[in-house]
Amino acid sequence: MSFLDVLYFIVPAAIFYAAPLILTAIGGVFSERSGVVNIGLEGLMVIGAFIGILFNLFFVDVFGATTPWVSLLAAMIIASLFSLLHAVASVTFRADQVVSGVAINLLAIALSLFLVKKIYGKGQTGFIEERFLRDDIPFLKDIPILGPMLFQNVYWTSVLAIGVAILAWVVLYYTPFGLRLRAVGEHPMAADTMGINVSRMRYIAVMISGGLAGIGGAIYSQSISLDFGHSTINGQGFMALAAMIFGKWHPLGAMGAALFFGFAQALSIVGSKLPYIEQVPSVFLLILPYVLTILALAGFIGKANAPKANGVPYIKGNR
Amino acid sequence: MSNRLVNILVPLISVILGLIVGAVVMLISGYDPVKGYMALWSGIFGDAYTMGETIRQITPYILAGLAVAFAFRTGLFNIGVEGQLIVGWFAAAYVGITFDELPKYIHLPLALIAAAAAGALWGFIPGLLKARFKVHEVIVTIMMNYVALHTSNALIKAVSDGGDNTGAIHPTASLRSEFFQNMTEFSRLHYGIFIALAMVLVMWLILEKTTRGFELKAVGLNQHASEYAGMNVNKNIILAMSISGAFAGLGGAMEALGTFEYASVKGGFTGIGFDGIAVALLGANTPLGVIFGATLFGSLKYGALNMPNAAGIPTEIVSIVIAIIIFFVASGYVIRLFIERLSKKKGAK
Repeated sequence: MSFLDVLYFIVPAAIFYAAPLILTAIGGVFSERSGVVNIGLEGLMVIGAFIGILFNLFFVDVFGATTPWVSLLAAMIIASLFSLLHAVASVTFRADQVVSGVAINLLAIALSLFLVKKIYGKGQTGFIEERFLRDDIPFLKDIPILGPMLFQNVYWTSVLAIGVAILAWVVLYYTPFGLRLRAVGEHPMAADTMGINVSRMRYIAVMISGGLAGIGGAIYSQSISLDFGHSTINGQGFMALAAMIFGKWHPLGAMGAALFFGFAQALSIVGSKLPYIEQVPSVFLLILPYVLTILALAGFIGKANAPKANGVPYIKGNR
Repeated sequence: MSNRLVNILVPLISVILGLIVGAVVMLISGYDPVKGYMALWSGIFGDAYTMGETIRQITPYILAGLAVAFAFRTGLFNIGVEGQLIVGWFAAAYVGITFDELPKYIHLPLALIAAAAAGALWGFIPGLLKARFKVHEVIVTIMMNYVALHTSNALIKAVSDGGDNTGAIHPTASLRSEFFQNMTEFSRLHYGIFIALAMVLVMWLILEKTTRGFELKAVGLNQHASEYAGMNVNKNIILAMSISGAFAGLGGAMEALGTFEYASVKGGFTGIGFDGIAVALLGANTPLGVIFGATLFGSLKYGALNMPNAAGIPTEIVSIVIAIIIFFVASGYVIRLFIERLSKKKGAK
């Protein structure tokens, strides 16, 4: 296998595994930029994956080949409603946001498994019939070298993920809404004085994060696992969280970090088919994404500069 | 109303609210909540066997709760208890199967120390990274969980020549108790409960009776003030994470030396470490509170196993209840507000 062949093989796989991480990490950027720590991303992805599969199984006869896309929409709506719980706890009830996030994670997996058992009488759903399929992107696929690497046999969901990342960057940095959202996360009292409704901004931000994590989960379940059980998401949300921090709370940074994690995951899964890497014991490939994350956090990104008011409930009148 | 009373009332009200929400979920999804909670009750207190098993379940919960609580007191959030518990589990089992013909009074403590050391190492790394590079401990401990899971699985395969089970430990390293077994109709209740309770005492002694404990708490309350007072914040962070990890590692030893007497390849996390967060929270991060939290959640978790058979309700309902309880404990501000309003009204009359 030549070096170019290896690239043709691993790059699409990396982008494929990165798509759910990108969307969820962008969701995290929105929430944390507004000052709400969101460890519940994992749980929100679980809800997204669950609703995606459930909707797909129930409505496949109605929507046919477009079912996965409609399921994405359903997952987005339900997950953003579910994230309201986190918003209520952390904004209105002034809860410890990390703890509330942990509760969201526990509740999401418990509730969806409870419903799976209630509906199907077993711990796992059946496999879906309609899934996301690979496709060539017109025109771009004909570019030499880059075409086969990036634009042939790709999932449209990957395109969606990258599109959302760019859109999020524009929204956060070049619109009044984005400026307000970031202001609320840096210095809520200043924002409040300028007439921005801090609580409302934070509610919106958390719901955006819920919606995006829901889409991320639904993409994962409808293109990678194809069913839903207790171990479907299994840490993807935490990886997205790490990608967000790695990317320094910036949408494009988060996308880059997610692509890097996607690459590490792809390596651990398809590595056994690649020359040289096939000789590495599988455990090293399995722990690779996590070890790389730790090393990257310790060595490369330097001091993490989180939004100033991240994790601090805003209490009017308190200095 | 005194502050102390409110501090006890908040978790109590949270538990009641959690159980009510659980009942509502059962009602909506077409199950009978009365039947469900009866099944839960008899799953916990039904007979000597279930009571023995319930206490057995509580044992690692106490240690996992202590681990989370100890780190919390130094202002650190240790989500890595799960991973520290897993490496402790493997270390204890490894010592248990490896050394032959050691007397029990050496072999058993050796296995326990190995577990604590493995857990401490797994806590030391995020502590060091936090102190040295200011890397957020939440992210590192989450990552360390996965590293622990995959590494211990690989090690189990290595020591068992590709199998998925280390095989039974030597009886000299076991915590099993014939006395308890006879008393509880051969449940797996073991002597570990005494170790767990002793560790509760150890945590209390460290935090309340030593200078080091005072420093740890001071760092947790205000890092800058502690530093200004001449305390070495970084050293305390590393120490707190290591001690926390040691508690978690001992929790793993309970499973390795008491409950199962082996370590096996795991497809996913045990969940004990994550439930430890709930235990610590409910217990307000105090040693005594942890006993209370572990007793409640350990009992609920074990009792839930009876629900599918006795009432046809999935066990997950108990996890839902636990999640709701954490949610309300975290949102203690609202409950406090509610209690204050209520007591003010009474005062006005």
